[in-house]
Amino acid sequence: MADYVKMWEDLGMDLETHDLLCQVLPTAVGDVFMTQENRPKAMDFWDLVISEVHGIRPAELIEEQKKGRKVFGTFCVFVPDEVIVAANGIVTGLCGGSQFWVPGGEAVLPKNTCPLIKASVGARLGRTCPFFRIADVYVGETTCDGKKKAYEILGQDVPMLIMDVPQMKRPKDILKWKDEIAEFAEKVEEITGNRITVENLKEAIRIINEKRKALKRVYEARKSECLPISGRDSLLMTQISFFDDPERCAQMCNRLADELEERIRDGVSVVPAGTKRILLTGTPLAVPNWKLHNIIETSGAAVVCEEMCTGTRYFENLVDDSGETLEELFMALSERYMKNNCACFTPNPGRIEDIIRLAREYKADGVIDCSLKFCGLYDIEKKSVAEALKAEGIPVLSLETDYEDSDAGQLRTRIEAFVEMLNER
Amino acid sequence: MNVCTMNTGNDKRAYSPDGMQEGSPYAVGIDIGSTCAKTIVMDRKGTIVYRNVRPTGWSSVETAEAIRQDLLANPRLKDLGCSLPRGGEDQGPVLRCVATGYGRISVPYADKCVTEISCHAKGAVHLFGSPDLNVIDIGGQDTKLIVIDNSMVAEFVMNDKCSAGTGRFLEIMANSLSVTPAELCEMASRGKETHISSLCTVFAESEVINLIGRGTPREDIAYAVVDSIVQKVKAQSGKLSFGKGALCLTGGLCDFAYFREMLGRTFRGEVLTSPDARFAGAVGAALYALALDVRL
Repeated sequence: MADYVKMWEDLGMDLETHDLLCQVLPTAVGDVFMTQENRPKAMDFWDLVISEVHGIRPAELIEEQKKGRKVFGTFCVFVPDEVIVAANGIVTGLCGGSQFWVPGGEAVLPKNTCPLIKASVGARLGRTCPFFRIADVYVGETTCDGKKKAYEILGQDVPMLIMDVPQMKRPKDILKWKDEIAEFAEKVEEITGNRITVENLKEAIRIINEKRKALKRVYEARKSECLPISGRDSLLMTQISFFDDPERCAQMCNRLADELEERIRDGVSVVPAGTKRILLTGTPLAVPNWKLHNIIETSGAAVVCEEMCTGTRYFENLVDDSGETLEELFMALSERYMKNNCACFTPNPGRIEDIIRLAREYKADGVIDCSLKFCGLYDIEKKSVAEALKAEGIPVLSLETDYEDSDAGQLRTRIEAFVEMLNER
Repeated sequence: MNVCTMNTGNDKRAYSPDGMQEGSPYAVGIDIGSTCAKTIVMDRKGTIVYRNVRPTGWSSVETAEAIRQDLLANPRLKDLGCSLPRGGEDQGPVLRCVATGYGRISVPYADKCVTEISCHAKGAVHLFGSPDLNVIDIGGQDTKLIVIDNSMVAEFVMNDKCSAGTGRFLEIMANSLSVTPAELCEMASRGKETHISSLCTVFAESEVINLIGRGTPREDIAYAVVDSIVQKVKAQSGKLSFGKGALCLTGGLCDFAYFREMLGRTFRGEVLTSPDARFAGAVGAALYALALDVRL
């Protein structure tokens, strides 16, 4: 591993505590990923990135900052990357996915806040994540009460922009989100010092659409009865795509998709025929949260799709780039982003339609609906999700968990029992 | 050591005496729960010939070894010279063995592990003689509700990490009142309607201590404890849809008549039980073990 200590020191990180995190990550990666057999060769890119997750990409970001580019840290798939890319800014994901950061978050947040928020706040305040140190500005959004209030706390430590996401999907809400994007664009121009034009916004839309298409190609391959990639490897790809340069991301995903399509032609599968196929739905799985995928895939099943922000919600639907004015392009962005069926909307029938559609498209034998503890939105929606799936004759298992390992045994019992149930059908 | 193989479940072989062609005369089912370890030995007709329950203690591995010693010392099995898989004794026919329960991975001599959900379902179908059932299993750390349709698990729910509504909850509350769980249930039948939280064991325990402080009669507190478990089970049942079959209770609380009565009152129906209901998981495991010998 290259030596990044100097870089971390310059970022004002807490090196001693950060060392502890650096010590546990390789074991986790080894246990979850390296134990798998017959992985696609193209995973070498993501294996490298994850092995130096706090080194390679942060170093690149710092190099770009030296050239005057600004880094925007985001927490949600509602933030339109296109606007930032158009102004020659860089987007990086910031969501915390490790228990390591939770106690730091709990120091300033109520315990009954979701672990994703607690970990994100803990990562910033504890100074143990380079991405949280590098970002020049954070972009928050109003997708839940926990985030809204947590951003007030983060805002005392780092510049924050907050985008007000509508809570309904009426035509006036789509107009409102367009205005919100236009206002965001002005702030991005101020921060970057670059004008957003029809030309550079169209180009940014093209870049991000290409990234979406590439991610989708990999997911398309997962629809095959001959499963060419594990859920764990696909998840890692998706998670890293939030941090990577969008053009390189598209290139790497396409390279992986090439290999997966070849595997399908050659009949190369990562699981024995008849392995039960699981569609996972619910709250996002931020790096390095691989807990559920790991339990499911070591309980005799395979994850074939994630209806999640770290999944289909990230890449489904392209932005129409035919507009000839900024106003038209902002509207096209709003229309695409407002197709996202996050549980923050009411009512939210689109998510249930998505889950049923995806279960069919990916030939899922069962659906596991899992939310992070204390995420009221997704937790409450579980009931209608379960009822709709039952009505369609699709078996469903509802779960709730956090980042701790202490419930792994109980989760495994439920998941194994669910797989046994699917096998007996 | 975990030598259990994953139940990849391609095994759709149901136990049927006619299908048996060869193998050992008996099969073993072991259910290592958080509180008690249950062992069942079944003959090829599905008749239980041996049952044993012992405290799990602090080590599932040691418990599994003690069970092995018990089995090998059993006269019926000894006379036949039976041995257990990977037991080191290569004399006589090998008993097929399936382990279940939270300690299932700690049974090194088991042929296979199957979850307690599947085992309880199979065991309940066998014990109650019906292919359609709604099973409530109250174990030491888990409360399970299982809907069985045509001898198959259709749906199930389990409690989360919190032990509210489980056997452990009853034990903790009985300790606070200095009685045994059986005595608590008996006392509850004479108590007046009193309520405590069913959300969290720790909250409920401090509520019990408050009631003690206020001089509330023990019978009333006992009533509140039983009511709290019943309400928790009722709340869990909202997460699934019970099928057309009868309601039955398995697990350690099945012997407490008053608890069953309260459960029946809440669910508005009779709650069936069987003298072997606490062995339901082990019975199911033994049936899975029998099926391992069926040659198709």
